[in-house]
Amino acid sequence: MMNIVVLLKQVPDTTEMKIDKEKGTLIRAGVPTITNPDDLAGLEAALQIKDRQGAKVTCVTMGPPQAESMLRELYALGADECVLISDGKFGGADTWATSNTLGAYLATIPYDLIIAGRQAIDGDTAQVGPQTAEKLNLPQITYVDEILSISEEKIRVRKALENRYEILESEMPCLITTLSSIAKPRYMHVREIMKAFDKPVTVITNEHLQLEQKDIGLKGSPTKVKKTFTKEVHKNSDVLTLEPKLAAAKILDVLLENQFIGK
Amino acid sequence: MNIQDYKDLYVFIEHEENKIHEASLELLGEARRLKEDRPSLNYQVVAVLLGEVSEDLLFELAARGADETVYLHHNKLNEYSTLHYTHLLHQMIEERKPDIFLIPATVLGRDLAPRLAARCDTGLTADATKLEFDPENPDSSLLYVTRPAFGGNLFGTIINETKRPQMTTIRPGVMDKMQRNPALTGKVSMQDVSLDGLKDPVSILEVLKKDHMAVDIAKADILISGGRGVGDRFDLLRECADMIGAEVAGSRAAVDEGRIEKDYQVGQTGKTVKPKVYIACGISGAVQHLAGMEKSDYIIAINKDPDAPIFQVANIGLVGNALEILPLLTKEIRNYRERPS
Repeated sequence: MMNIVVLLKQVPDTTEMKIDKEKGTLIRAGVPTITNPDDLAGLEAALQIKDRQGAKVTCVTMGPPQAESMLRELYALGADECVLISDGKFGGADTWATSNTLGAYLATIPYDLIIAGRQAIDGDTAQVGPQTAEKLNLPQITYVDEILSISEEKIRVRKALENRYEILESEMPCLITTLSSIAKPRYMHVREIMKAFDKPVTVITNEHLQLEQKDIGLKGSPTKVKKTFTKEVHKNSDVLTLEPKLAAAKILDVLLENQFIGK
Repeated sequence: MNIQDYKDLYVFIEHEENKIHEASLELLGEARRLKEDRPSLNYQVVAVLLGEVSEDLLFELAARGADETVYLHHNKLNEYSTLHYTHLLHQMIEERKPDIFLIPATVLGRDLAPRLAARCDTGLTADATKLEFDPENPDSSLLYVTRPAFGGNLFGTIINETKRPQMTTIRPGVMDKMQRNPALTGKVSMQDVSLDGLKDPVSILEVLKKDHMAVDIAKADILISGGRGVGDRFDLLRECADMIGAEVAGSRAAVDEGRIEKDYQVGQTGKTVKPKVYIACGISGAVQHLAGMEKSDYIIAINKDPDAPIFQVANIGLVGNALEILPLLTKEIRNYRERPS
């Protein structure tokens, strides 16, 4: 049977995010966490393959201990096994250090296909997928919005680019990154939610992986955050309340005055 | 790794059908600006191109700011392959030791850059919107790379002090191209490369054009953009746009509701636009939307809510219903155009 591994991340819901304008930092307290949308769509794509032709779907996340709550939900959706890679030593990792850690773990388990969401909504980097492929020396296809066919030898997908689609084929094993448009996530079954709490979540620490400090976590990360800040409001606008007809006339005036439109 | 050995500003040149991608021209302009900003470094701007292109295109790179072009020549490289490009660029980096390597944050760039950075064991910053040299040390070549995160709610400035090259992808549409200067000449270092023994298990079977991609909103001079407040009446935006030669775009909310295609989305997760005029209709102005349009030359906002954040970035704001105002604007313009002379 085919082994599909899905990489997922628990992220703060950025649409609910609040900012401390004084300090230029995020206020994380009280912000709900969700499963990163591109990752969840990737899991759905994996579950559809499982439904159609049979496969074992393993979900892997790296994060703090509370990410276990996400993995329980993934069990309820239909994941066969869930793994939490968690250790204080892994914290604060940039994408290079993250992919070292993920790669080291993935090298110890069987896989035919690895699916990662294209990018996470907190960091928006889209780097962990390709960098993990590099660590595992796997071919990669990014920005996948449809899986056309899959067997143990080959996968055929559609990749969405700026002005075109490409139909690509890769030998297996391989790693793909998925767009959220690839599949609409299913709902959890109540019965499965109950069962999800009885299923074991495998926790992997650096005791298992034995990685050197220089390759992981904040210390091992070549990129460092020098500072963070929020956007300042920069223009003083003229806000007018006018009758619709006068408003339209005002816009026309502005367009003509500034020669944005020709006479 | 001896960081002192690494020098110069390298720019990856994306090209298609013998034309340089706009985003790469922007990076050349930005690299040139950085070079001139810190003359004490004595850095060159080096363009890196893989494939087979015309001589004219190589001249164009010089006219757009490249002091030198590293031309890795092979006709099969006009078709992008992650593994071939990674292999060849890694080799080039080992030989030439660039201090800084800029790659456009296009779909291709965001496929290539992480793979290449991992192969080089260096750091990579994604989708940057601002670059500057270390402002505290006037002789330093340490790059301060600023990028939005958390959906545009927060900005981070990222540095890489320990590894080289300093790699970053740059968001298209943000940096300024250099004015074309045909008097500039650049050196071309051409190298015929071999793909023998290189294999990429990924192959392209077919390319499908997206038919609705005739228009690139990032290139429009005037954009009329609709948000949730427009509902399903994007036809009113189109009528007005047709009248003044504008293009129509939308916010994430409008795209999520299926009112307009994703390719026309402005914002952090859509496109960054800098038109001469941006007319925001029924868009409240979430941070992630503002991130994609606030650099427009002139912003006109129409919204029912006088406290909508969009008004804070607008040059002129009109409190009212865009669905009432727009048809009247279309009519005003028509009357104006048809006025007796």
